[in-house]
Amino acid sequence: MTSTTEGYYIPEPSRWPIVGAVTVFTMLVGTALWMNHLSPGPWIMLIGMLMLVLLFKGWFGDVITENLAGSYNGRVDRSFRQGMFWFITSEVFFFITFFGCLYYLRNITLPYLGGEGHLANSHLLWKDFTYSWPPLQLPDASHYTQAKEAMEPGGIPLWNTIILLSSGGTLTWAHWGLKKNSNRQLVLGLVMTIALGLTFFCLQAYEYGHAYTEMDLTLNSGIYGSTFYLLTGFHGFHVTVGSIMLMVILGRAIKRHFSPHNHFAFEAVAWYWHFVDVVWIALYIFVYWL
Amino acid sequence: MSTEAVHDEHHDHKPTGWRRWVFSTNHKDIGTMYLIFALVMLFLGGASAMMLRAELWEPGLQIVDPNTYNNLLTNHALIMVFGAVMPAAAGMANWMLPMMIGAPDMALPRLNNLSFWLLPFAALMLIMSFVVPHFGGGVPINTGWTLYPPLSLQAGIGMDFGIFTLHILGISSIMASINIVTTIVNMRAPGMTWFKLPLFAWAWLLTGLLLIVIMPVLAGGVTMLLFDRHFGTSFFDAAGGGDPVLFQHLFWFFGHPEVYVLLLPSIGILGMVVPTFSRKPLFAYKPLVYSMFFLTALGLVVWAHHQYTVGMSKEVTEYFMIGTILISIPVGYMLFSFIFTMWRGSMTFETPMLFAVAIVLMFSFAGVTGVMLAVVPADLQYHDTYFVVAHFHYALIPGALFGIYAGVFYWLPKWTGHMYDERLGKIFFWWTTISFNLTFFVQHFVGLAGMPRRISDYSPVFTDFNQISSIGAFAFGASHLLFLWIIIKTVRGGKKVGDKPWDGAQVGNAGLEWTLPSPPPFHSFSTPPVVK
Repeated sequence: MTSTTEGYYIPEPSRWPIVGAVTVFTMLVGTALWMNHLSPGPWIMLIGMLMLVLLFKGWFGDVITENLAGSYNGRVDRSFRQGMFWFITSEVFFFITFFGCLYYLRNITLPYLGGEGHLANSHLLWKDFTYSWPPLQLPDASHYTQAKEAMEPGGIPLWNTIILLSSGGTLTWAHWGLKKNSNRQLVLGLVMTIALGLTFFCLQAYEYGHAYTEMDLTLNSGIYGSTFYLLTGFHGFHVTVGSIMLMVILGRAIKRHFSPHNHFAFEAVAWYWHFVDVVWIALYIFVYWL
Repeated sequence: MSTEAVHDEHHDHKPTGWRRWVFSTNHKDIGTMYLIFALVMLFLGGASAMMLRAELWEPGLQIVDPNTYNNLLTNHALIMVFGAVMPAAAGMANWMLPMMIGAPDMALPRLNNLSFWLLPFAALMLIMSFVVPHFGGGVPINTGWTLYPPLSLQAGIGMDFGIFTLHILGISSIMASINIVTTIVNMRAPGMTWFKLPLFAWAWLLTGLLLIVIMPVLAGGVTMLLFDRHFGTSFFDAAGGGDPVLFQHLFWFFGHPEVYVLLLPSIGILGMVVPTFSRKPLFAYKPLVYSMFFLTALGLVVWAHHQYTVGMSKEVTEYFMIGTILISIPVGYMLFSFIFTMWRGSMTFETPMLFAVAIVLMFSFAGVTGVMLAVVPADLQYHDTYFVVAHFHYALIPGALFGIYAGVFYWLPKWTGHMYDERLGKIFFWWTTISFNLTFFVQHFVGLAGMPRRISDYSPVFTDFNQISSIGAFAFGASHLLFLWIIIKTVRGGKKVGDKPWDGAQVGNAGLEWTLPSPPPFHSFSTPPVVK
């Protein structure tokens, strides 16, 4: 651990950044074509996703090799930590956007559409619309399918809360194992965390299926469906990404890549996982409960 | 010292050929690529502006149809903001920050290269959005850069490409900002304490933090737009319980701080240029840094002054009005700080200093019209007129672009090892400054007289002023050919310069770039310098 930048590891020229740029471009062009029902779209998306897998394997593979070769000093380690911190900060603001929208819609837009507020003339648009949350009855449902019922905080969401919170606990237990150099506890903790993450994922998928088929709650159910699916959907996506990251960490733990003093990759994934946890708690409170 | 020798041998061979650029992990090469990209985009964005001014030469429709006109003005804004100014500022950050603070490179060199290489692909995506409507892709992006629904919900596939352009740019900006903030926090040489940091580094630290906060919000907003367009959600449709005004809030939560993202790096450059040519340390450096913090924080909470006419309640508009007027305090503080740096200094007026003085004058002018626009009852009259166009061009061309020009002339000798042609530089300065004022000053009058913006036709009473404006714009556009020529000439040759081409360059909180040769070696500080 040196206090200066002396011996700071500057990587050799690398092909991965340009591969990354091409990958992002390919995926998004494919997505744009797919959304407009143009035929090669899904194939281009698929190629982009395969490239993404190769990109992460190649890029992080290089980083892991360099780390195992002992190229990184304390200063490099700190750069990684700060980089991950700011990345998660930007993710936090991504979710704040959607929570902010939920707040705005519930407290400003919908009461206003129901005839409240300083102008109090908006009910002229839709006289019969009265506001209540969740808004199962829409101002004008001609382009939307109204949901039959709303999500309840009990049942699956409550179980999912318990599952995700315990997965945070098992991950911390795995970290304790790593710190006292017990590989058995580390691997076991990671396996439990991944299992809990996958259980959460399956329950969420079941819940989506139930909502789509039984409750008529879809992306097209007006603002309740829109906010519900985008908030829980982006969270579910982060759980998926986090689970994949945990699986990689598990593989590395089995190969004994980590030592009690050098395991930033583990910590970065743990930070990410706890962040996903915290988002869920906010989701449970603001989307399911209140 | 033997370890250091090994280290140098390992690193000082330059990669050659195309691999040097495409696979680069070197902050100077990546900075150069950023700057070249920005210059290309400056000409592309400028070309679209020239077409707009040609269309506005006289009333009626001459050159382009209204949708294409609005598409061109959208592209002009997106290209100038995201293609020219931000990459130019990021290029300077790449070139200068590691040298200024005595670091061997940026903190995360590979990520740095990814941030750059996403940009040409974003540009390609934007060009696709411009091209596809002409091949049966529906209505082009005709909304302006603000992408307001419901209009943006009705456009064709070009809008999807436009939205993904913003996603790519967002990824690029966030990664570049993470890198810059980490570099400034973690990579300073021993003794380079926070309050010895050059102002340019402070400016970029705050810019980076702003981008980390606002870019995800833009990404979220345009993602909702995408879902409304293709997946049946109703975020911005009142019939389904949504609200188009919600998008405006999301956009301007990003869009207003974005103005400071464009402005702050230039303030940082002024903080280097003004002391150099006044041969005096920066006046009140610490309070200046605090005022930049104040500006950053305040900039995040005043966004709705762009939306006074959408029907917010009186209390809300009053809050945003007061907040906006408060912004003049930190901005005024910065400008006074530069003026008092010049006060009783041994001033000389080389090209960077000419730009600096012009910025202080013309940016103050934008500040005055800005306070006018911040006042709600007045803004209800000015809203969506050419007065607004004039205001933000006075803010952004002096505030952002001229700051970058000052930086280019200031550091070009350091980058190339050659002094630029001072006579041509001065001609360029007077040419741009006069033609810029000719273009935009009259737009205040047509705006106050009621000429609306973003429309390709206008009432014949505005013809004279519009023709003056167009003449100015063509001259302003043409001046950049001289700019290009000066740069090419300086890169190719010219008077050799030493480590310190400006004799005032090391006063006050100067960066460490002047302790290196010009041009600096491929790797700047393998051994960190110690700052006393």
